[in-house]
Order: sequence, then C-alpha cells, then structure tokens
Amino acid sequence: MINKEKMKILSVRSIAHQTIEMVLESEQISKVALPGQFLHIQVGNLTLRRPISIANNCSETGRITILFKVNGQGTNELSSYQSGEMLDILGPLGNGFPLESRSESTVLLIGGGIGVPPLYYLGKTFRCKGIKVISILGFQQANDVFYEDQFSELGETIIVTNDGSYGFKGLVTDVLERISAFDCYYACGPKPMLKALTDKLTDKEGFISLEERMGCGVGACFACVLPTTDGNGYKKICKDGPVFPAREVKL
Amino acid sequence: MINLSLKLPGLSLKNPIMPASGCFGFGHEYSDFYNLSKLGAIILKAATSRERFGNPTPRVAETASGMLNAIGLQNPGVMNIINHEVPFLSQFDTNIIANIAGSTLEEYVEVAKSFNETDQVHALELNISCPNVKEGGIQFGTDPNMAAHVTEAVKKVSQLPVYVKLSPNVTDIISIAKAVEAAGADGLSMINTITGMQIHLPSRKPLIANKTGGLSGPAIKPIAIRMVYEVSQNVNIPIIGMGGIQNAEDVLEFLLAGASAVAVGTANFQNPFVCSEIIDELPKVLEKYGFSSVQEAIGKGIMA
Ligand SMILES: Cc1cc2nc3c(=O)[nH]c(=O)nc-3n(C[C@H](O)[C@H](O)[C@H](O)COP(=O)(O)OP(=O)(O)OC[C@H]3O[C@@H](n4cnc5c(N)ncnc54)[C@H](O)[C@@H]3O)c2cc1C
Ligand SMILES: Cc1cc2nc3c(=O)[nH]c(=O)nc-3n(C[C@H](O)[C@H](O)[C@H](O)COP(=O)(O)O)c2cc1C
Repeated sequence: MINKEKMKILSVRSIAHQTIEMVLESEQISKVALPGQFLHIQVGNLTLRRPISIANNCSETGRITILFKVNGQGTNELSSYQSGEMLDILGPLGNGFPLESRSESTVLLIGGGIGVPPLYYLGKTFRCKGIKVISILGFQQANDVFYEDQFSELGETIIVTNDGSYGFKGLVTDVLERISAFDCYYACGPKPMLKALTDKLTDKEGFISLEERMGCGVGACFACVLPTTDGNGYKKICKDGPVFPAREVKL
Repeated sequence: MINLSLKLPGLSLKNPIMPASGCFGFGHEYSDFYNLSKLGAIILKAATSRERFGNPTPRVAETASGMLNAIGLQNPGVMNIINHEVPFLSQFDTNIIANIAGSTLEEYVEVAKSFNETDQVHALELNISCPNVKEGGIQFGTDPNMAAHVTEAVKKVSQLPVYVKLSPNVTDIISIAKAVEAAGADGLSMINTITGMQIHLPSRKPLIANKTGGLSGPAIKPIAIRMVYEVSQNVNIPIIGMGGIQNAEDVLEFLLAGASAVAVGTANFQNPFVCSEIIDELPKVLEKYGFSSVQEAIGKGIMA
C-alpha cells in the first residue's frame, strides 16, 4: 500500500563530500518499507518528485534514513532542509529485493557511489536473518566514501576508489577475485558498473537495482521503462523494479 | 448546493474533472489512492493499432514550473487496451474517454473502428497533436485540411462522439478548430503539450533522449487559457480545457475562459490525489466567486 505522508526531519548531517544523511520520522511508510524500495520526495515546489532509496528503516521507531548526493537542483534544495521541517513523501515505492524463501548462507553486496544506500538496509536485514554479508563498495575518491563503519559491522567490507586515494584502486569488478565464496549477489550503482558486473558474474544468481529519471513513480506515466532481455517486453523501473534479476532487463 | 454536473456529447459528467491522457495510465495505479468513481471521466493513455514501445530514455526532465516529456506513445495496442484495460475501469461509475493516435489516416480509422467493439467507452479523444513521434500525429494537427480530413474519416467509422485534441504548436489554432468543427467534431480538447528542448550544460546534450519533448505543467497554463478563450469565441462545440491545472481555482479559470470541463495531467505526478482533492474543493471555489453551478461559470470571463 502506497502512502502519501508528511515526514518530520529528525536530523541532517553531511557524511562525505556532497553527501547527506537525513533521518525522517514516518507514521505509515516505515511500517511496511522493505529493502530496495524507495521514497518519492517533494522538494520545494519542483514539478517532479525526486526518487531516493530507503537506506535504513526501523519499523518500531518509525525512523527512516536516506542518504543522498547533491547532484542538481532537487538534491541541492533537499540538502538545505533543517531538522524539524516536514517533507511530503510518497512511498514506499517499487518492489524491494527478494527476501522471502531465499536459502543462501553468504551474500555479496556490491554498491557504487549513490547506489550504496539501499544495500545498507538490505545487508542489515540479511544479518538479522543470520546470513553472512560481504560488501564491496566503490567510490570516486577518498572524500566520497561513506558508511564504511556501518557496513563493516555487517561483515567483511572492501572499499574501492577509482583513483586509489582510499582502499583498493580501481573498480568494484577488479576486486571480485578477493571474495572467496558467496551464493548470490545484490548490486546497485551506475549502469556501466551493473553491466560490467552482470557480464562478469554470469555463473551466479544476482539482483540489480536500477535508476532512471521518473515521472509519477507509481507506474502510470511510462517515463522509466527498460526493455527486457527476451526482446519482446519492457519493465517499468518504478513499479516492476527498481530491483530486477540480473539478466531480466537489457542494460 | 453547488451543482458540478453537466452534459456534454456522449458524456454525463458528475463533475467536470478528468485525468488527462497519458498522465493516469489506464487507471490501475491511481485506483489504489482513491475510488475512481469520484471522477467525472477518465481519459485513457493513447491507443495505436499495434503495441508501441516508445522513445529511448530519459523520457522526462524537470523545467521551470513544468516538465518535458517524450514518452513516444508507448501503449500495448488498441485490442489489448479494449480486452485488458477497459474492463478493469468499467467497474467504476465514471465515463471512459479513449485517446486514439496514429501515424497514418488508416491507422486512426482502424483504432477508432476498434473502439466500436466495446460498449464501455463513452467518447473518443482524437489525438492529432502528439509532438513526440516521428511520423503522423502532430502533422495532422498543424494543417487545417489534414485535421479536418482525419476528423471526418474517424467520424465516419465511429459510433462515438469525437473530441479532437488540438496542438498548441501552430500559428493559428482558430482555423484548425473551425476546420475540425466543420468536419463534424463533437467537441475539442486542448491543449496538448508545447514542443520544447533543454540542454544539460556539463554534457552539452539535450536532457531527454528524443532531444525535443512536450512541455506541460503550470508553465503552459497562460497559453492554454489564451487558446481556450480564443477558440471558444469561434466555435459552437464544447471544449475540454487543460494545461497546468493544479487546483480548483485553475479549473474555474478554464471555465471562465470558455472550457466546459477540464483535464488534469502533470499535477497527478506530484500529488496522486489531486483530481479527488480538486473535486472536493471546486464547490467552495465556485461559491466563493459567486457561481452556483459549473454550467453557470462556463465562458463567464469578462473580457471586454
Ligand atoms: C529508485 C531510485 C533510487 C535512488 N536512490 C538514491 C539514493 O538513495 N541516493 C541518491 O543520492 N540518489 C538516489 N537516486 C538518484 C536521485 O534520484 C537523483 O540523484 C536525483 O533525482 C537528482 O535530482 P536533482 O534535482 O538533484 O538533479 P537534476 O539533474 O537537476 O534532476 C533533474 C531531473 O532528473 C532526475 N534525475 C537526475 N539524476 C537521476 C538519477 N540518477 N536517477 C533518477 N533520476 C534522476 C531528477 O529526479 C529530476 O527529475 C535514486 C534514483 C532512483 C530512480
Ligand atoms: C508524461 C505525459 C504523457 C502524455 N501522454 C499523452 C498521450 O498519450 N496522449 C495525449 O493526447 N496527450 C498526452 N499528454 C498530454 C496531456 O494529456 C495534456 O494535454 C498536457 O500534459 C497538458 O496538461 P498538464 O499541464 O495538466 O499536464 C501527456 C502528457 C504527459 C506529461
């Protein structure tokens, strides 16, 4: 059930270069929000809402955390909101990562840049189920790195930066050999990263979370569609996704 | 009691509010937010003869007080719409208006004919104004002779009243409106989006993959009001007005300009409840400005 709700901002803080962590107080949405789902946030009086992933959620306290990069007009304006102010939010939107009836004992989380946020809520949920979590997080450079400690608490965490200014130098795909064994991977990040990953990990089951510019966010306007790999269909990222089995859609 | 109801060709409306074509899909998504029986009518997303996948993404971009879109008429094809989408909507006590599009005259005729096969659609909106497809569409909407020709052809085969949706991307919208009226249109709907473009500075590339797109939202409202006013002064068929409507005050403005009913598009994306909220607010707004019914307000702008 999708709700439209006014959420109170409980805290706003900068956690890396141009990267903001915002904690929100939710009445309804928090009760049902699952890892991989997102919020559609009304910022000022912009025409279109801005989609932002749920990075953490506690249904008991009603606290939802979002992490976002200041990227343009909307996210810039969003970063200027102060604690105590209210945000008009539609959510939870989309289908999350599949969690039911899964039998893996070790999962690999792979995040790139602003694709990292949804993986934190996912990893925490896996951890609670007693599943072993390994994470590879890729960033541009040292001052972009965030949530290393939080992910480390979930399990082994490898940080990669493009310029080598922190952790390993290179791309997330360059360190895959360091991971001994895992049953399934879950990835979110820029399209080229997801493409490289799915091309490399052909023998593994995987799920990827995608981004595209959105209109309505609920599946009505056909702005965020993507062809399926079988060549005779399409998926709406906002409603059928944003999470898809690794080879279901054409990247 | 403020009376919101009115009768238009083929439509018995409990209120003049309808979601605009392409901004409400086929209703499924919004039926989770409120009971669609509340709406005066629902205008469906465009139907073409066969399934269309539409344009490459990104297909939308934010603009000052509006947005650009180039969806490209993605739809599952007219028979799928009739067999799988219309039956769902027919459970609601509202009017259904099918939006028909095509690349050729033959396609418009074929799609219009197909809608004779269902008794659940109450009127057609003839979309001769889509700016986002390479061939057809807008060509029919920018030339009075072609507009009249396609209107006549569709009227000939269809059992339903036909509302012709006009393009604002023309120098003289009155001549097009008059031409389709003479060709037998039962009503007009206006305006479709205005062709626009936006360039992203860092990449120097257009912000939407189709390069150009249709501008909608509050930015286009004054243009829509002007066009509805001018056209209403020159035709005798009713107008469904649209372009940037966000609230009940905007609705009254369209009525004063000469529209009989209105459609709400882009505003649904920001607020999925917007049509329902406008219907709740409209009686208060009409009363505030001295009207006791929708009918009474139509064309009552004082322009002299
Ligand atoms: C399902 C989903 C989850 C997301 N989760 C996060 C997150 O957790 N943290 C985060 O920092 N970012 C996230 N993003 C990306 C985020 O939505 C964009 O960075 C943001 O919309 C940019 O808006 P802007 O106004 O600042 O940028 P502008 O470039 O000015 O925006 C113009 C338009 O483009 C859209 N847009 C621009 N970039 C993107 C993008 N990458 N994806 C989708 N739409 C875009 C905007 O929504 C807006 O409509 C997510 C995107 C999606 C689709
Ligand atoms: C995403 C989107 C898709 C649209 N698709 C259609 C369509 O399929 N057929 C059509 O006649 N008009 C279509 N329109 C135009 C709207 O029906 C309407 O005429 C226009 O957007 C102006 O109203 P608004 O400012 O309230 O959105 C579309 C508009 C948008 C924003």
